[in-house]
Amino acid sequence: MDNSFIETMVLTFKLASVTTLILLIIGIPIASFLAFSKMRFKAIFETIVSMPLVLPPSVLGFYLLIAFSPVSTIGAFLKENGINLAFSFEGLVIGSVLFSLPFMVHPVQSALSQIPSNIFEASYTLGKSKLKTMLRVVLPMVKHGLISGMVLAFAHTVGEFGVILMIGGNIPGETRVASIAIYDEVESLNYALAHQYALSLFVVTFSILLLVYTLNKKSLQGLSR
Amino acid sequence: MIDIDVHIELDGAEGDIEAHYKLAIKKGEFITLFGASGAGKTTLLRILAGLETPKGGVITVDNEIWFDSSKKINLPPQKRSIGFVFQDYALFPTMSVRENLLYANKQADIDGLLAMMELTSLASTKPQALSGGQKQRVALARALAREPKILLLDEPLSALDNAMRAKLQEELTMIHDKLHITTLLVSHDIDEASRLSDRVALIDSGVITKIDIPNIIFPVNKTVAKIIAKEGNKITLELLDDDLARFEIGSEMSIAF
Repeated sequence: MDNSFIETMVLTFKLASVTTLILLIIGIPIASFLAFSKMRFKAIFETIVSMPLVLPPSVLGFYLLIAFSPVSTIGAFLKENGINLAFSFEGLVIGSVLFSLPFMVHPVQSALSQIPSNIFEASYTLGKSKLKTMLRVVLPMVKHGLISGMVLAFAHTVGEFGVILMIGGNIPGETRVASIAIYDEVESLNYALAHQYALSLFVVTFSILLLVYTLNKKSLQGLSR
Repeated sequence: MIDIDVHIELDGAEGDIEAHYKLAIKKGEFITLFGASGAGKTTLLRILAGLETPKGGVITVDNEIWFDSSKKINLPPQKRSIGFVFQDYALFPTMSVRENLLYANKQADIDGLLAMMELTSLASTKPQALSGGQKQRVALARALAREPKILLLDEPLSALDNAMRAKLQEELTMIHDKLHITTLLVSHDIDEASRLSDRVALIDSGVITKIDIPNIIFPVNKTVAKIIAKEGNKITLELLDDDLARFEIGSEMSIAF
């Protein structure tokens, strides 16, 4: 197996892992807000979070690319501080986080909104703070939503193409991930290598999903026993 | 001593109503809040627990201010020494019976509480596997684990069958006799209210219309005796009410007309 293949696969899973970790950290507060807030304009936030589900990836990629370019206010500000996001791994992470946001938020939001309000109240009347209630009572109750969200976000990032092509290009070791590599190899009529990437992605993502769903089913049974 | 004088807007069946609760409760007393559905019984419990904020008024418990709208004091539920038992138990499903109690208070005598509520053999069971009566006992034990000043029971027995209800009523009496915790029970069961409470507060449309001992609150609605024999102008009655029977010589009395 050649080095560039390994490098590309490692980069692909590094991107998916970092994205999933960031989504886990920011996804829980966003899901809580969407599940519990009684704010009047909540629908606007819900729409923004869900946009990547229906928006062509190239649209998000295009606007991110514009934002990252030094010509824009954001890009100029970043450049002044020595940060360059266009065609970089960090830029890809930002794009992936935005694009996979609904895949993390939706399962968690749906699990949270099914928790009866008196579970929270019971914890408060037992003297426990909101944070402690969240960590000890609520998050264990939405474990399956969290696992589903993480798996979907991970798998979705691994399979992402459009956004990455727009903002990352095809720089080996920096932005060349497997889905881009497949496209590139096919363009060069190098079908054998394209197949190697494609099959690897297929097998790895299939195994992850199978493992998680099996584990999830077992823990679900354990809970109801 | 608990002094409550608060008002709040309630969403009634026939539009909003202004509820006004005025009530003084002695330490260790067992009070039942009695009234029809939607009369505002649960709201009063929730106000005491800090889960609902009144529009105005004052709540003091043992000279400590829990709520005072003029001084802008409103202790959060976490700071109020209460044990709340919800109608549908609200047990934490991912924790075992013991963990539910430990979560409430690590320092509490968990083994003692489990034994008192006959839950020792179920200590490591998850709530899903428990029956309604068992769940209710866990909810009660969890509320007691916090060693609260006030125990608030929101129709805790309404979902149970009669046998289990009678058993838990006995247990509630036993716990109250043993621990002397000031208790407020929401109920719309005359029998339950009479059996358990020192005093019954009648609530109608958010107003406490009457508060007194059970025998005065429910004098006519209750069958106190049944006719067991009738000879000429003499009727023999059997008394059904224990409280009344105490004042008579035997459990039977004859009335001649």
